[in-house]
Amino acid sequence: MSNGNNENNLIRMFHVYRRYGNKTALVDINIDIKKNEFIYITGPSGAGKTTLLKLLYLGEPISEGQIIIDGVNLARIKKNKIPLLRRKFGIIFQEFKLIPTKNVFENVALVLEAAGKQSRYIQKKVSSMLRAVGMEDRQNSFPLSLSGGEQQRVAIARAMAGDPKIILADEPTGSLDDDSAEQVIELIKEFHARGSTIIITTHDTKLIKKTGGRMIHLKQGRLWSPSNQH
Amino acid sequence: MKPLHFKHALSDISNNRLLNIVSIITIAFSVIITSSIILFFTNTTSILNIWKKGVKVMVYLSPEVSNEDINEIQKKILGMYGVKDIAFISKEEALKVLKQQMKRQSSLLDNLKENPLPDAFEIHLIESSEVWEKIESLVSQVESIPKVEEVEYGQKWLARFSGIVYIFKLSGYALGILFFIASVFIVANMVRLVLYARRDEIEIMRLVGASDRFIKTPFYIECIIQGAVGGIIGLLLLFLVFSSFTSNVDQGITSDLINIKFFSFTSLSAILICSMFIGWFGCFMSLKNYMKT
Repeated sequence: MSNGNNENNLIRMFHVYRRYGNKTALVDINIDIKKNEFIYITGPSGAGKTTLLKLLYLGEPISEGQIIIDGVNLARIKKNKIPLLRRKFGIIFQEFKLIPTKNVFENVALVLEAAGKQSRYIQKKVSSMLRAVGMEDRQNSFPLSLSGGEQQRVAIARAMAGDPKIILADEPTGSLDDDSAEQVIELIKEFHARGSTIIITTHDTKLIKKTGGRMIHLKQGRLWSPSNQH
Repeated sequence: MKPLHFKHALSDISNNRLLNIVSIITIAFSVIITSSIILFFTNTTSILNIWKKGVKVMVYLSPEVSNEDINEIQKKILGMYGVKDIAFISKEEALKVLKQQMKRQSSLLDNLKENPLPDAFEIHLIESSEVWEKIESLVSQVESIPKVEEVEYGQKWLARFSGIVYIFKLSGYALGILFFIASVFIVANMVRLVLYARRDEIEIMRLVGASDRFIKTPFYIECIIQGAVGGIIGLLLLFLVFSSFTSNVDQGITSDLINIKFFSFTSLSAILICSMFIGWFGCFMSLKNYMKT
């Protein structure tokens, strides 16, 4: 799965393992991801897709091996630098993870506030992001009053608000109906066209066929390709 | 600290009203208890000091005392700890004063064959609480000097009262510290509950790149506000109780002898800062453990 040209690689994984006690969730993962690639990580439930994403944003520690993101070695990163690393990402979750006590505007603004942006910039940027995902008129609504598709659009606006280099989406359409799922994927494609690198976990093969992109398949925590199935 | 942190803190307070109210009540209660102890001791100490200013120790000498003995006794007493100054009152002088005081009845004294009054010393003490704690040992020291017949100090009870106040003062300090610790723990637990209730939100904030400082600052502001509000409420309630108490006490008593006062502006500010510190410290204790996870 490694590409030859190192300079173009935004993410590099070398012999990565993730263990939980005696159980190994990821085994010897080696992947290179180039800037502006559109990647699907597929595989059945329990294959380690979400775990792999979590290792990228340090939601979980790496048990063995190395991951280098935009020149930063995650195995050696200091605790106080983790927020800076996470600002390189826009993360979209299957269950949206919006803060229920904050309204749509505040949820999106949070990313920019955390990054220390000025309030005037935040005002402008959040409005433009909400306009881009078609949620500008719902900016004062609270997440629980929105449909699943609307919540995911807000989550996408939040993920993109910080102009991240990489978008990580964990089953972004998993809890949505077909129409909403299509809208969400269209939005993600739009942001890919603006230059972001996209990594999506999914087991929805229809979606992959429709949109295209490189596919990385995981099976029982290992990289798997049709050629090594025997 | 940015205006944004204050905005987050205020919105957190409105979202967790019940927990905030409990913290504020706890701090207010603690401020009332500790401040009333301080107020009680500040006033009793100042009353005692006023009373102590007027106290003198009288030393009566035996009739056979010589002039040399008088000089020697005077020197000895003057060298003792706590003695500010000493005045000799001869028996003739004392009789003269007595006659003046008796006015019309002074003719009764004219028939006396000899002066029945003893020579005496009047001792004035240094105005210090330490001296007052040791007044009894000073008296017994003076009594042990040869040719000293009797030592009297009119307000013996004052020394005993000083001792009792001292013991109360110690237990008051202990109680104050106990309440301080209790409120810190209660605030810390309240913050822990808020952190538990908001764990998902904190997790989301971390995932979107918020630093620990960004997450923690509104909590600190929230707890300092709790401390300030609790402190103000506590002091206001104490002032109301104090005012109703002083207005009910006979105005004749609250003269120069008993002058009851509320806290000065400096003391009020110090208490308020302490209550804010309780909030901050409670928050610090909870966040320190939580943010490690």
